[in-house]
Amino acid sequence: MSTAMRGYPRADGRKGIRNVVAVAYLVECAHHVSREIVASARDGDVHLIGFPGCYPNAYAQQMMEKLCTHPNIGAVLLLSLGCESFNKFSLADIVEKSGRPVHTLTIQNDGGSLKTIKAGQAWVQEQLAVLRDAPTVPMAVEELIIGTVCGGSDGTSGLTGNPAVGRAFDTLVSAGATCVFEETGELIGCEEIMASRAITPELGNELRASVAKAAAYYATLGYGSFAPGNADGGLSTIEEKSMGAYAKSGSSPISGIVKPGTVPPRGGLYLMDVVPDGEVRYGFPNISDTAEIVELIASGSHMTLFVTGRGSVVGSAIAPVIKVCANPDTYRRMEDDMDVDAGRILEGAASLDEVGAEIFELIQSVAAGAQTKSEALGHREFILTYKSFEPAGPACLPS
Amino acid sequence: MTDPRLLLLSPQDNILVAREPIPAGETILVEDSHVTLAARLDRGHKIARDAIGIGEKIFKYGAPIGSATQPIAAGESVHIHNIKSDYTATHVIAKPATEANL
Repeated sequence: MSTAMRGYPRADGRKGIRNVVAVAYLVECAHHVSREIVASARDGDVHLIGFPGCYPNAYAQQMMEKLCTHPNIGAVLLLSLGCESFNKFSLADIVEKSGRPVHTLTIQNDGGSLKTIKAGQAWVQEQLAVLRDAPTVPMAVEELIIGTVCGGSDGTSGLTGNPAVGRAFDTLVSAGATCVFEETGELIGCEEIMASRAITPELGNELRASVAKAAAYYATLGYGSFAPGNADGGLSTIEEKSMGAYAKSGSSPISGIVKPGTVPPRGGLYLMDVVPDGEVRYGFPNISDTAEIVELIASGSHMTLFVTGRGSVVGSAIAPVIKVCANPDTYRRMEDDMDVDAGRILEGAASLDEVGAEIFELIQSVAAGAQTKSEALGHREFILTYKSFEPAGPACLPS
Repeated sequence: MTDPRLLLLSPQDNILVAREPIPAGETILVEDSHVTLAARLDRGHKIARDAIGIGEKIFKYGAPIGSATQPIAAGESVHIHNIKSDYTATHVIAKPATEANL
């Protein structure tokens, strides 16, 4: 199946594969009002995102800027309580300059919950009417940015789903697309082989340093990026889980390291460093898989390939999630949630190359508008919490 | 010879991975030796390919994934009860007997 991809053109030259109205709360106190606005528009592509904190945070501010100007976003409604620290003025200004309609409602100024909900619902309906007729333009594979995560991993993830995504990544990168893998906390033990794939020795050192940072961060917190279900599924240690997770990166050279919110400068394979810089603060680097998906989206990912063995069901706001199921038993149990049955490889019914090719085809049809299973089910998970990063060094993105 | 239900992922490995569940009590071939499984081996779980001593590294995909905390005989299950991470400890929760073990 080869479907012609078309994208929504944006002022910055990027193209979206969806045209979503984002409703964003800027403090938890505006969450309910935002949710009510979104709930009234279930039939449209209206997605709830937000930041719950009342204290300022440069990372959260930048994440919201990047998310609200993501190519899949067509319009943005901001919901403020009125007294929070989040800089809604600066965010609205950035969205407006990106060429998108943006509107801010402040609950304390706009008459409280009910009046704000009604005003928000009316604005969203106006935007949906406009977005329905939005023009599209042809879009090429090389314009795609594709992220990958794994979650609910088990002993099959590293045998089928992750290496199959690695094959799809190899195909994408050789076609000029941009691919991003991440979670340095799940690359512990892989630092040397990963460094050997860097396009410069200096980048190799940065790759090693990013994993060492993750290992130290998790050691301080007392737990690795490893859940009890991983052990139930046959994984014994973080190193074992890492080796399986690492297979998602495929075999292309590694062109750079990006931090959440940085859009890779050109096609190629990139590692996203999701572990905060500096002393350990604000808790675990990624409190759930969704935090990683949101960071991949903030770095421009049009969609995310999610490999699961135990059976994750999540989707995401803003960008579709393709679920690749590594375990054939899980696939049979949870078929309604899974887009790709990679467990066939274990049963001898398909090769890694065949499933990799299937994923590559599916990416193109989802980019052309086909809904993923999680999209059709209405999964729109989102989370954003406190973090702090320092700018990446020059060796992270060799020219 | 080794049972075809067991995968050797790299020639350097000292473990084998089950591509499908193998019931407890079944006698299987591991590197030309007959081994009777003491417990069910679930899909994606590991058994020792050779005898492994305390402190020896466990190799999977040709890479070290932890160290043995007790002697492990060839054909014996290799998991959190007899190996540990060389980075951060593995966290598990005790399950009630009523919880399905998939």
